Amino acid sequence: MAIGSTRETGVPTPAAKPTGSTLTLQPKGTVEVPENTVLTTIDSVVNYCRKYSLWPMPFATACCGIELMAVGASRFDIARFGAEVMRFSPRQCDLMIVAGRVVMKMMPVLQRIWLQMPEPKWCISMGACACSGGVFDTYAVVQGIDRFIPVDAYIPGCPPRPEQILRSVMDLQAKIQRGGSLAGTGLPELLEREKMIAEKRTLPPGFALASERGDEDRFGYRLPGGPGQLGADETK
Amino acid sequence: MSTSTAPTSDRHAATLTTLSRAFGDGVFSTSRFRDNLRVFVPPSRLLEVLGVLKDTSGFALLSDLGATDYLGYPGRTRARFEVHYVLVNLDTVERLVVKAGVDDPDPTLQTVVHLWPGANWMEREVYDMFGITFTGHPDLRRILMPEEFTAFPLRKDYPLRGRGERHNFPRLSRGES
Repeated sequence: MAIGSTRETGVPTPAAKPTGSTLTLQPKGTVEVPENTVLTTIDSVVNYCRKYSLWPMPFATACCGIELMAVGASRFDIARFGAEVMRFSPRQCDLMIVAGRVVMKMMPVLQRIWLQMPEPKWCISMGACACSGGVFDTYAVVQGIDRFIPVDAYIPGCPPRPEQILRSVMDLQAKIQRGGSLAGTGLPELLEREKMIAEKRTLPPGFALASERGDEDRFGYRLPGGPGQLGADETK
Repeated sequence: MSTSTAPTSDRHAATLTTLSRAFGDGVFSTSRFRDNLRVFVPPSRLLEVLGVLKDTSGFALLSDLGATDYLGYPGRTRARFEVHYVLVNLDTVERLVVKAGVDDPDPTLQTVVHLWPGANWMEREVYDMFGITFTGHPDLRRILMPEEFTAFPLRKDYPLRGRGERHNFPRLSRGES
C-alpha cells in the first residue's frame, strides 16, 4: 500500500496536524503528491536495495571459475552491477554462483554451504556442468544441481562468456525487483515451482524432475549400429 | 620409422639375466612392445620378483601402479584383473613393467608398501576403483570415492552412469532452506 493512499471502504483518515512534515493526507482517495516526492512500497525499496548489493559466494569447482574471475576483474567488472564483494564465507553472502561440475562427493558440501547462507539468498547455476552435468554423464557427476538445491538463474555455455554472467546477474536483479518481500523470498514463480516439486515428492529424490536415462548396454552407450563391442575389429 | 620392435642393443639384458639367475625358467614370462619389456609374474611370486628387481637390479622408483579389468575382452584367456607395476631404474633410466593377474572372486595381492612407500596411495586407488585387496597394506581405505560408496566403479560390469548413487541426496527446497 502506497504511503498516503487511503482505503476506499475505510474510515477517511483524519488529516494530521502538521508536525513539521509537509505531507498531507487527503480524505477522499485522491492524493496530492508534493513536489520532489516519490511514492512506492517498502517492498520495492527493499528489493531495490537487495538487487544492487548482491554478495556472491563463488562455488567454483572447474573452468567456469576462471571465467568468474574474469567477471570480477576490471575488463568486465561485476562491480558495475553492485555484486563485486565476493566473500568466501557463506555466512556473509546472499548469492551462490555454482561454477563447474559438482560430483557426488561435493554435493553434501554444496548443500551445507547453501544452508549456511542467510536469507534472503539466490543461486546461479553457471555453465553446462552445473546445469545438466554437461559431458560428464558418469557415475560420479550430479546431473544438474537443481535436483538438490533451488536455482534462480541458469547460464548455458562451456564455459559461458563473462557477458553471459553479467546478463544473468541483470536477470536476477530483475527477478529480485519484481518478487520477494520483507517477510521472505517468496518469488511467485519460485513458489509455483516449489508447489510442482512438492506434488512430485512421492518419487525418490533426484528422480522426480527428470528420469534417469537408462543404461543402454553394459558400457552405458547407445551406439547407432547396436550395442558396442569392446575391441571389435571391423576389418575382419 | 622402422617396423622392427627389437632394439639393436637390448637395454633390458642385464635385468633379464638377473631375473633368470634368481628364478630360473617357468616363474615369469616376458613380452615386448617397441622398447617396453613386460614381465608377467604369478601373484604368489610377485613380492619376491619385485624385491629382487629393487634390491639387485636397482629399480628404486615405483613410477606407477595400476590395474586393468579385462572382463569381456576378446580372446582373453588369462585372469580377469591385471595389476601392473611400472618400475624405473634412476641410474640407467631403464623402465620395466611387471604384471600380475588376479581373478574373481576376492582378487588379492600382497602389498609393496614396504618396498616403495609411494605405493601406499596407488594401492588405495586400485582398491577403490577395482576392489583388489592388498594384504599387509597399512591403511587400505577408499581414496577417491566417498567412504559410504559400496561399488568399484572401474570394473567393467559396473555401468558407466552408476546405479543411482549420484542422485541419492535429499533435495533442499526454497521453503526448507
